[in-house]
Amino acid sequence: MSVTDDVEKAVAAAFREEWAQVVATLIRVTGDWDLAEECAQDAFAQALERWRRDGVPRRPGAWLTTTARNRALDVLRREAVGAAKLREAAVLTRDEGPYDPYDPDHEGDDSGVRDDRLRLVFTCCHPALPIEARVALTLRTLAGLTTPEIARAFLVPEATMAQRLVRAKRKIRNAGIPYRVPPAHLLPERTTGVLGVLYLLFNEGYAATAGADLMRSGLCAEAVRLARLLARLMPDEPEVVGLLALLLLHDARRDTRVDAAGDLVTLEDQDRTAWDRAEIDEGAALLESALRRGRPGPYQIQAAIAACHTTAATAAGTDWADIAGLYGELLRYVPSAVVRLNRAVAVGMAEGGEAGLALVAELAAEDDLAGYHLLPATRADLLRRMGRTREAAESYEQALALVENAAERRFLEKRLAECRSA
Amino acid sequence: MKYVLFICTPVGGEELSPAEIAEDPRFTSYIHEVRTRDVVKGGARLRPAADATTVRVQGDEVLLSDGPFAETKEYVAGLDIIEVADLDEAIALASRHPAALAGGSVEVRPVWE
Repeated sequence: MSVTDDVEKAVAAAFREEWAQVVATLIRVTGDWDLAEECAQDAFAQALERWRRDGVPRRPGAWLTTTARNRALDVLRREAVGAAKLREAAVLTRDEGPYDPYDPDHEGDDSGVRDDRLRLVFTCCHPALPIEARVALTLRTLAGLTTPEIARAFLVPEATMAQRLVRAKRKIRNAGIPYRVPPAHLLPERTTGVLGVLYLLFNEGYAATAGADLMRSGLCAEAVRLARLLARLMPDEPEVVGLLALLLLHDARRDTRVDAAGDLVTLEDQDRTAWDRAEIDEGAALLESALRRGRPGPYQIQAAIAACHTTAATAAGTDWADIAGLYGELLRYVPSAVVRLNRAVAVGMAEGGEAGLALVAELAAEDDLAGYHLLPATRADLLRRMGRTREAAESYEQALALVENAAERRFLEKRLAECRSA
Repeated sequence: MKYVLFICTPVGGEELSPAEIAEDPRFTSYIHEVRTRDVVKGGARLRPAADATTVRVQGDEVLLSDGPFAETKEYVAGLDIIEVADLDEAIALASRHPAALAGGSVEVRPVWE
């Protein structure tokens, strides 16, 4: 392998590992999000050239941060308007002491760096920003995706995404959204908000059909990577670790959810040997460590449900009573009709179809799920399992009248045909 | 940073008079807090939207209409100008405002400085 390849690899690896930290520190030093991104980009470009000549530094992150910071100081020096920022930046630089990235004695303590990345996480996910902007900003500044990449992932024109990012950064500046980790009394609420953004990001990718759109399914990997980062930054928060466990346990099954023809494969028909064992083991171990802290929450419970599915050797061996109990627990945190519907499925599997149907009937009597295709689809599935195929067919028809997703429609049509020919 | 808190009340709701507000413990504790912290730099309690007159100018003609400039479900009943460190502090203050607690809402707008 040539030296060039090695350097390119080192820069690519540093990009994935260090981008967020470089941007986060630069935002703190300059207070200017655009300048921070520009200088970070510039530092990575310089790395490609300089590392080829001088070798890859021992601490690439420190090298990149220093290079980006020097570049920012240059830019600010040239701009008269930057004078105040420059004073600020110079003070911040001095506070951290003289800094030589090539000094082998400068091991340093990375808690400051950790704080910078957490500041960035909480600012990107600030609840005063619209949710789409939180997601976009997280992908741009934390994950280092480019604006065209994010636009492709969310199926919006590039100009729309660029505008969304510009507006979000403008609001952060103009509305005075603080660049900091929230104080203790706000932390639980804000952490929940951050987890919500990462979960939404993952689900965007998970909902995309595998193979059909790589950029969209790539969102799953980004969400896992960001959840890993957050779990590293907040190791004492069991819900953070619970979210990472949940994402890993879902991600392990990602490739088996759709067959070669692009049709949905239900959990019980998925090829369990094709599930990602390493992800399942890691997810299960993380979940256990989170639960040991004795502070359960909705993400840990959802991860426990996912673990019940992924650790069962066969579909028939699934512990549905356990799952039904966990959905009951989840309802205490998330009292939604969708969670109740999921519980109805588990109860139907654990205690028999009649018990499940009774719960579905309760939900149907309320308005919350009116127009939601999974309500009649769930009823249909319970009836089908009980051998009541004529009633099942009727419910499949109702579900088909409501479904929008093409892959789900094909799946329901297949079931309907099976019921009619039974 | 300076922010204006627009205190919004649902249309058709009951409004307390300034005299009633002075006796309402929810308001008095809020007023006590903002006075102690010295964060309010100005503000006004407004008469109901029905007493508003809206002025537009078309060419040389001054057009007047009765009522507020837009038909909304809520209208501005008053405003506070506050000075705090950042948006989180402004939100914290707004979330303790009695109007926000009593079914109304508070719009937090940064002052253009």
